[in-house]
Amino acid sequence: MGVWIMAGVTFREAARKKMLWMALGAGGAFLILFGTGLHFQAKDFAARAMSPVLRREISFTMVTMGLYAVDLLTVLMTILTSVDTLSGEIASGTIQAIATKPVPRWQVLVGKWFGFVGMLTAYIAIMVVGVNSVTYAMAGVTAHHLIPGFLLIWMESIVLLSVTFAFGTYFSTLTSGVLALGLHGLAFLGGWIEQAGAISQTPSAVKVGIIASLLMPSEALWRRAAFEMQSPLANAMRMSPFGTLSVPSMSMVVYAGLYLAIALALAIRRFSQQDL
Amino acid sequence: MQMSRFSNLAIRTRGLRKVFRGQVAVRNLTLDVPRGEVFGFLGPNGAGKSTSVKMLLGLVFPTSGEAEILGRPVCDVTVRRKVGFLPEHFRFYDWLTATELLKLHGRLYGMSRTRLLERVPALLELVGLTPHRDKCLRDFSKGMLQRIGLAQALLNEPDLIFLDEPTSGLDPIGRRLVRDIIKAQRDRGATVLLNSHLLGEVEATCDRVAFIKDGEVVETRELNAGAEEQVTVSIRARNVTAQVVGGLARWTSAARSEADRLTLTLTSSDLVPEIVRYLVAQGADVYEVTPQRLSLEERFLEIVGSDGGL
Repeated sequence: MGVWIMAGVTFREAARKKMLWMALGAGGAFLILFGTGLHFQAKDFAARAMSPVLRREISFTMVTMGLYAVDLLTVLMTILTSVDTLSGEIASGTIQAIATKPVPRWQVLVGKWFGFVGMLTAYIAIMVVGVNSVTYAMAGVTAHHLIPGFLLIWMESIVLLSVTFAFGTYFSTLTSGVLALGLHGLAFLGGWIEQAGAISQTPSAVKVGIIASLLMPSEALWRRAAFEMQSPLANAMRMSPFGTLSVPSMSMVVYAGLYLAIALALAIRRFSQQDL
Repeated sequence: MQMSRFSNLAIRTRGLRKVFRGQVAVRNLTLDVPRGEVFGFLGPNGAGKSTSVKMLLGLVFPTSGEAEILGRPVCDVTVRRKVGFLPEHFRFYDWLTATELLKLHGRLYGMSRTRLLERVPALLELVGLTPHRDKCLRDFSKGMLQRIGLAQALLNEPDLIFLDEPTSGLDPIGRRLVRDIIKAQRDRGATVLLNSHLLGEVEATCDRVAFIKDGEVVETRELNAGAEEQVTVSIRARNVTAQVVGGLARWTSAARSEADRLTLTLTSSDLVPEIVRYLVAQGADVYEVTPQRLSLEERFLEIVGSDGGL
């Protein structure tokens, strides 16, 4: 019961503090910009009488580009909105009135976690549907495997959320934010090193990328999502800037699931044992 | 729920100790507070009062020792259904309205909607916030926040209430309200643990106080009985020679003479008539005899030292 009360209040907090609406407003502005660009591109395609196959593949790339931007916005949204929820409430003492109620601490934490999961799920769904609606309206295409792609972006967000929660039980708000973003940055860089290693056929560079993904699997989930959502032709011909030459395996997805569970378990353990 | 054999006690601690990174916050807290008592916690800053309260509420984990509230170990969260708490530094979700805040906390207590529909308006009325029930807490003054915090602490009609500096930020009317609320809680049989720096407030409301210094209970005393034990008597008299003052040593070890005023500290007010007879017999002209209770402040300073806390 305590879990759902805390989930509800966390979701309401995001809405009442205008976090969710501001994020959706920024997302809406992005979709307008994206749609405008796509509109002019479609007009240009028509004027140049481009081959339908090429036009279609470029449109697919535009979908992936839009989703890539959504992915970046999601990463920032996840970390920035959730980073203060534990460390901030512990530092300010707000948590004291809550933690002295007849609700086990793990329920308080898991409730907050579910509240953010709900908010982020709504945000990602709206943005992914938005991008695909715009590309469908302007160019008649949508992402290839949309549902698996959506689920992978969602999972990336939940991995980052769980890690941010775990940091929030150990460190201050600022330190937690720096650590969570830094860890994602490491994974992002590792992903590019892995791609470059795959192009130059340097196995050790690929290994560095894999190690970075093991340290933080968020970026690997995006690369897998991009692989799922791009057209099979673009994947086969490596013709997209978001092409994934070294595709994270399903084992990496399973690993990310375990990583998420361990991060959440660490957060629960620490929060249940710490002095507030 | 299985109660311990000490279930007639609202609070029971034995050798409770808390060390933060090598720093002892609470050295050895041993305390029994019977049910239905208003108990004051007194001590200088840094004496370990707040840490002790936090350990009793499960916010801070003891390094060693044991603690029970309402006959259950403090780690048992179910016992908190019957516990109310007003934290010293009162912070709540400031984006909630007063009504929403009480409903949220009521739901965390496991209270039904029907009971909340009855309790929330009654408590808002009690603390004088009915006109502000739909206002966000971020627009509340410090005093209003303290009032809503008090309402939150009483929401579940608790058997045990921890009030940490409840009058902080309140005007005299608010302080009176707190006193009345504490009395009302005692009348309905609840136990109140009052942590306050305002000794007058503690004196006016508490049945018993514990003086805490360096994380230990230095003394626990029945407030009224304690005051009766030691009395300061101020006597206005003339023709009192140094020899007469010296003769008072048989009743008191603390006799002070300034101009025509004698100040004596006695172990009992029963000694006063005897002293007056002695003075008159020695040729003194006695104009006025005023027994004074040894104030809690004097007792406090006596116990913890005039240097106070940190």
